[in-house]
Amino acid sequence: MDVPLSWYLVVAAALFCIGLAGALSRRNAIAVLMGVELMLNAVNVNLLAFWRHVEVVKATLSGQAFAIIVITVAAAEAAVGLALAIALYRTRRTVDVEDVDLMKL
Amino acid sequence: MTETFFNLTWLIPLFPLAAFAIIVLWTNRHRLLSTWIAWIGIGLAWILGWIVFFQAWGGFEELTPPTHKYPVPLFSIPTGTTSLNLGFQVDTLTGVMLFMVPFVCLMIFIYSKGYMNYGTKDVDPRYSRFFAYISLFACGMLGLVVSDNFLTLFVFWEIMGLCSYLLIGFWFDKTYPDPKRITPKEAGLKAFLTTRVGDVIMLAGMLLLYSQVGSLTFSDVFSQETLEQLAHTYAWGNVPWATFIALLFFGGAVGKSAQFPLHVWLPDAMEGPTPVSALIHAATMVSAGVYLVARSFPLFVAVEGGSQLAVVAFIGAFTAIFSSTIAVAQNDIKRVLAYSTISQLGYMIAALGIGAYVAAVFHLITHAFFKALLFMGSGSVIHGVEHGHHHSHHHATGPEGHEEEGEFDANDMMNMGGLLRRMPVTGWTFIVGALALTGIFPWAGFWSKDEILADAWKTFQEGGHFGVTANWGFFVWLLLTIAAFLTAFYTGRQIFLTFAGKPRTAAAEHAPESVPSMTWPLVILAAFATLLGLAGTPWANQFFEMIGESAVILGERLAHGEFNLVIALVSSGVALAGWVVAWLIYGFRPLTVPVDPLRRPLGPIYTLLENKYYFDEIYQAGIVRPAIRLAQACYTFDDKVVIDPIVDGVGRFGRWLSDWLRRAVDNPIVDGAVNGVGRVTTWFGEFMRATQTGKVQNYLLVAAVTVFLLVALYVFRTYLPDWLSALGLG
Repeated sequence: MDVPLSWYLVVAAALFCIGLAGALSRRNAIAVLMGVELMLNAVNVNLLAFWRHVEVVKATLSGQAFAIIVITVAAAEAAVGLALAIALYRTRRTVDVEDVDLMKL
Repeated sequence: MTETFFNLTWLIPLFPLAAFAIIVLWTNRHRLLSTWIAWIGIGLAWILGWIVFFQAWGGFEELTPPTHKYPVPLFSIPTGTTSLNLGFQVDTLTGVMLFMVPFVCLMIFIYSKGYMNYGTKDVDPRYSRFFAYISLFACGMLGLVVSDNFLTLFVFWEIMGLCSYLLIGFWFDKTYPDPKRITPKEAGLKAFLTTRVGDVIMLAGMLLLYSQVGSLTFSDVFSQETLEQLAHTYAWGNVPWATFIALLFFGGAVGKSAQFPLHVWLPDAMEGPTPVSALIHAATMVSAGVYLVARSFPLFVAVEGGSQLAVVAFIGAFTAIFSSTIAVAQNDIKRVLAYSTISQLGYMIAALGIGAYVAAVFHLITHAFFKALLFMGSGSVIHGVEHGHHHSHHHATGPEGHEEEGEFDANDMMNMGGLLRRMPVTGWTFIVGALALTGIFPWAGFWSKDEILADAWKTFQEGGHFGVTANWGFFVWLLLTIAAFLTAFYTGRQIFLTFAGKPRTAAAEHAPESVPSMTWPLVILAAFATLLGLAGTPWANQFFEMIGESAVILGERLAHGEFNLVIALVSSGVALAGWVVAWLIYGFRPLTVPVDPLRRPLGPIYTLLENKYYFDEIYQAGIVRPAIRLAQACYTFDDKVVIDPIVDGVGRFGRWLSDWLRRAVDNPIVDGAVNGVGRVTTWFGEFMRATQTGKVQNYLLVAAVTVFLLVALYVFRTYLPDWLSALGLG
């Protein structure tokens, strides 16, 4: 018994919305990063779901390959993001993104 | 072979010119280098000049007859209907000038190094500039003598005028406690403006010549046909063009050679450094005037018996005697020589005036050598006395005692005496120069001066060439013989006051001999002053052969200075008498107090002579002050009556117009538009500013909302028809 495609999509959309909400509303930079990770994983779910349910691409490994690449990029991005957060904390003693408005200068 | 070197003649003035440029542009800060560049420049000119001279001497017969010229055109500048041909030429007159000018210049250049105190703490602050200027001066004179036309001759003539101004005023910052004494700055201006009077007259002559002949090249102007044409066409009445133009040219020579009545600049030119005095009064500037008359001599004799020669003879003879009387009562060692120079130039001019062309040129050459010697000798004396003054002063009052600086006049012969023992080389060479100047056998001046007097006497006896009447010959002979007496007298006075007796001041007592770079040129020039006369002795008249034989003017050979024993004895006797009188007054009982023994017996005459016949004062009252007053009147007219009101009116109208435009156009329209743009931009900026929070989450939100809206729009557009049909509306 197969899980229909729409279920995956609903889960993925929900996950994306949760991630987006986190990224937009959390004040802690680490939490913002976590939101971004959630959005990326929602995309991964979509990729795998479509790969599983679309007959034309099922024969290839493109969905998995894409997902792996996204995970890799996400890991790299997390490393950079965390490094930024640490650097930020070291210089400004805070990781609150509300306080980080250097661009406005 | 001969021609090869003649073709290089144009390089001669370029060497000093290059030295001038190099010093001014690059080596101004480096004194020794500048000295050497100037020396090399004039040295090369000297070597090439002598090569050309010896070739012209040995080979003038190879030059194109009948004028014996070697012309080489350089440029031809088209001027519409005709063209201006510029170039150079070599003939025997140029040759002998090239013998004299660069060599004497070289001696002066070498001498300058010591005179400007090279290598001591007194070195002149503008040392390098001095060498640049004298190089340019040498370039002017050398260019003058190699020119083949009046135009470039005039250009070089004016370069010398400029340099004389720069060099006479070289110590332009010098002032004297006596406000009546002329300062170097004023002397430079005076020389420049006075010679300018002559130059303008000469320029007028050149313009008339060009309008009549259509060419300024010597070979065109002095051709037989042209001269005849000029002699037979009349400017007005019965004055032929040749006479008129010759007189105008003579005006230029009067200014440059300091003849009466434009002689006033030359004595004041003594304010320049002494090498400059030697340069101006021996080798270059003043000889340029005589050279001009000699060069345009064909023009002067084109009209048989015209008034132009009489004017020349009169001015020359009068100047000779007039300035030698002034020299008798001068106490400044250089001023005596300056008046002596004017007087000797008068000899040359007078000789030209009676047609004694060869004698005049010969005297020009010998005079250059011994007068350069005398000037440099006097410079050496002044230098020594100045040093002696510093020395004695230093010892008397200690190192701080400089408060009397400037009161002591190192040029005043009354402050000298007994210098022969202190400065033997300077003294003996000066005496050699003095013997040459006074025409004592066998020194150079004897031969050249005697030739002039012999020619004058011959003119009296046999009638002259070119229609010179016998009476003029006698007139010239008489005046010049009296002048010879006066020359010997004031020269003897100078020698006895300066070198004989006992020192009259501490400065003279401590005067040291000058450095070798100053004394060696003196020795060399003394040798020339002694031996040069042998070129023009009656039994081997090399000089006449060179100059005279080549100068065939209007088919007539020039007067030959035949030796006349009676005349020679008379002039020698007169000169010796001058020396004896000078010895009786100044030498027999040497002065102990600085008062001239002639002052009391001569009384007002002495005062008149001492004040140079008040010529400076007369010119000041008669010409300079009216000119200044005229200029002031013009200024008032300009400033108060015509020009200023017009300018003011234009200005006022402009102000009114601009004010109106400002109020009517600028403020409401232009300013409004500009301000409006600014205000709108400000408002919009304020508005947009609010969106720029600088917080990354805000930007992300905007991006997300935008994506959402775009997707919504896409979905809406894609499915709207379906939805409408589903609702039964489609």
